Amino acid sequence: MKNKILFIALLLFISFCLVVFFKSLNNSNVYIPDTPNKTVKEFKSKSLFSEDEISSEKILVNSDYYILNIWSSWCGPCRREHPKLMELSQNPSVKLIGINYRDNPKNAKNFIKKFGNPFSFIFVDTNGVISIELGAYGVPETIVLNKDKKIIKKFVGYLDDKSFKELNFILK
Amino acid sequence: MKLLKLLLIIIIFIINFTKVNSVENNDDLVNKISKNIRCLICQGQSIYDSQSDFSISMRLLIRQKLAEGKSEKEIYGFLKDKYGQWISYEPEFNKKTIILWILPILLFIIGGAIILNKLFVKKY
Repeated sequence: MKNKILFIALLLFISFCLVVFFKSLNNSNVYIPDTPNKTVKEFKSKSLFSEDEISSEKILVNSDYYILNIWSSWCGPCRREHPKLMELSQNPSVKLIGINYRDNPKNAKNFIKKFGNPFSFIFVDTNGVISIELGAYGVPETIVLNKDKKIIKKFVGYLDDKSFKELNFILK
Repeated sequence: MKLLKLLLIIIIFIINFTKVNSVENNDDLVNKISKNIRCLICQGQSIYDSQSDFSISMRLLIRQKLAEGKSEKEIYGFLKDKYGQWISYEPEFNKKTIILWILPILLFIIGGAIILNKLFVKKY
């Protein structure tokens, strides 16, 4: 009788471990905290094309939505998502703002020259601190803000077809 | 005149020494916090060990915040607000982490009780 109880208890314990194990395997290892209603705080930086330091408050104006895209010329996935950003730049209710993460300005300018410029403005993030302040996980990353500068969605990694569809749905 | 020179040297020495000391203290604090913050790219490492771009940026941010006069607690609070509890290697004691904190203690007590019980049964 005692052995039977022990056996059942062991079986239940192993099943519990297996369920936890398989459930955890399906979860993404990228943790994204709840972002809605967090306002983007003001940051200042130079533009990629000029030496003047400009506040984000002056750039994040006159649009229903703002998209902050963290990118770099050395980042392969940024190249893959670039055509999608070019397409997004055609949307009149959206203002795309680039944040050039830890890049060589010359390479960044060449990148834009070669693939086109979807951005209304490009901030230079030389030491990467602005991206960390925005809560970025990597390059590329796309942060969607509403007109009150509140984060409504974050896309970690490059914009694939599924994310792009979702993004367009949000912007409708 | 000699006395004045000596006094001046001592004052300069003291000012420099306190400056160096405060920089060293700041470095220690940056290292201390960095060792407890998870790297975003290589999640098995702390940002202190990692050489990824994001870890370097995060260490810079910690240094900047300390220079701004932010306390260690405020920096942890800021990073947890941006990245969640997950970013720290030391989870806080709250509703979500209660099992994590309580379970080892419970297992220790139950295990201890079983061992004591066995010893007790054997002796008497």
